Amino acid sequence: MAQPNPNVIFAPWDDPAQKPLIQFKNVTKRFGDFTAIDNLTLDIYAQEFFALLGPSGCGKTTLMRMLGGFETPTEGQIFLDGVDIVPVPPNERPVNMMFQSYALFPHLTVWENIAFGLKRSDMPKDQIGDRVEKMLKLTQLGKFAKRKPHQISGGQRQRVALARSLAKAPKLLLLDEPLGALDKKLRNETQFELMDIQESTGTTFVIVTHDQEEAMTVASRVAVMVDGQLAQVATPDQIYEAPRTTYVADFIGDVNLIAGKSSPVDGGMDVHWDDNQPAIHVTTDSPLSARTACHFAIRPEKVSISAEKPDAVNVMKGKIIDIAYLGNISTYHVEIAAGVIFKAQATNNRRLSRRTYTWEDEVYLSWTDTAGVVLTE
Amino acid sequence: MRRFSWFNATSLTFGFAFLYLPMLILIIYSFNESRLVTVWAGFSTQWYGELFQNEAFLDAAWVTIKVAFWSSTLATILGTMAAYIMVRAGRFRGRGLFSGMIYAPLVMPEVITGLSLLLFFIAIDVNRGILTIVLAHTTFAMCYVSVVVTSRLVTFDKSLEEAALDLGCTPFDAFRSVTLPIIMPAVVSGWLLAFTLSLDDLVIATFTSGPSSTTLPIKIFSAVRLGVTPEINALSTIMILIVTVGVITASLISRGATIKAKADERKAEQG
Repeated sequence: MAQPNPNVIFAPWDDPAQKPLIQFKNVTKRFGDFTAIDNLTLDIYAQEFFALLGPSGCGKTTLMRMLGGFETPTEGQIFLDGVDIVPVPPNERPVNMMFQSYALFPHLTVWENIAFGLKRSDMPKDQIGDRVEKMLKLTQLGKFAKRKPHQISGGQRQRVALARSLAKAPKLLLLDEPLGALDKKLRNETQFELMDIQESTGTTFVIVTHDQEEAMTVASRVAVMVDGQLAQVATPDQIYEAPRTTYVADFIGDVNLIAGKSSPVDGGMDVHWDDNQPAIHVTTDSPLSARTACHFAIRPEKVSISAEKPDAVNVMKGKIIDIAYLGNISTYHVEIAAGVIFKAQATNNRRLSRRTYTWEDEVYLSWTDTAGVVLTE
Repeated sequence: MRRFSWFNATSLTFGFAFLYLPMLILIIYSFNESRLVTVWAGFSTQWYGELFQNEAFLDAAWVTIKVAFWSSTLATILGTMAAYIMVRAGRFRGRGLFSGMIYAPLVMPEVITGLSLLLFFIAIDVNRGILTIVLAHTTFAMCYVSVVVTSRLVTFDKSLEEAALDLGCTPFDAFRSVTLPIIMPAVVSGWLLAFTLSLDDLVIATFTSGPSSTTLPIKIFSAVRLGVTPEINALSTIMILIVTVGVITASLISRGATIKAKADERKAEQG
């Protein structure tokens, strides 16, 4: 996503020579008896667009507020550019935050809101005007400069909040559910605007969101959080294609999960999940040892559905229980064994009336030996 | 609009009559030409003229205004600080006690407040005068201010202050340049409330005033004991006017701000 040069893959996390911009080292945060962040260690690199994703109460907002300086860790250290920032108050950190409620100052105009931070920096007075104009231009707010926050629309307010937090050119910008208050269409447009702005300013962004689609769209890397811990930190495609745990697989997108026992075979492994059904064959370089409890996970769109028995490595026969028709695609809920329902997604490349299978029909599900993953956690 | 039933109309009439008829009579008789308070002898403003010749009354009025100004200003500063601590500081040791003690003067009998202050001033050997009345009025008015300001602060979005800190403000700068301007209408109405409370206080002022510092309510009270004169009616009318203007202004300030914000939001939605 955030690629300064399109020909070079932006992946500083894979390069041991790169120094991370932010380091969380064994950070724990407790509120009374409740542990919001549990011994968390995380590196974030310069110019990343890093997403903290998780259900509410998972600690993602607390983690961000610790970067902003509004919460102090109970234990552990946080480094920004090699400096421990735990004792530094928010007003002395080279970090700015865009608040979920935008927190625009209602008594100041758009122009004054954007200039607010600059007036409190060491920027010479005569340059503040230029900088504000530049920010107004970046966020296309030029004609609203003299309006008060309640005199502009929600989308414009969101852009004022962004302009204000970017005005001081922080090393790190924190975005707390920045698009939560916008409707879906505006949100999609704004996601791309955010990415453009992130790319053109080269600022490191850390975004908190509970919307997985948003995280996948904007982020260079996504951290999935659960109960104050990191379930997985990886690029969006890795998170989706190679989730580390069943939790991550289930949290991101739709997934078919099936519990079974492994048995190594030539070139991979088989997952036995039902004595009356064929085992699922998976090709892998690192098969699990025999009889390890595991889950087989496969995304619905990687499962094909057909009326005739196809020629494939993994084929299951089942009955269509339900069909969710979404226009462009349909999701079929197919019962492959008593109580075991598999979801298969198919593009509606034919008109509905030309479809050869419908409710209660017997169909075949199939997938290749590399389409799914085997998870042990 | 709901239908205006006979029952409603009657209740309203009685309610208003009960509250304001005495004052209305006082205002009417302040324009009476006769020296006898209860006999109407035609319209005249002569008592207002005589009032402004009366040195004793004018002195007392001047003292009252000075006391009201300083005590309401001090009460506003202290009351706002107290409200801010109660809303913002979260849980601290003795928070319950602190809030209880701030609100206690609201229910404390004025005689007790006055007496205890009198004993206190005697104990620390302070000559009673304008200063002691100012201090006494500050103590009881600051709890009213803190009630008004607290109710505004609880609806105040805390992230506004965090945003100010985030953008480089020190905590004091954040309060001065963000919190205070936004809660200003509440602070101003708190000040006006404190001002009017101080203006008409008799009991506490009686306990804490000295020989050179008679306030207007004390002056009126002692003058009435020698008989009600139309001059006092005129003076009271002026005081009613000042208090009314103060209260109405205070409520208009807070209402006006809301109405304007709503109108602006409507405009924003229309584009």
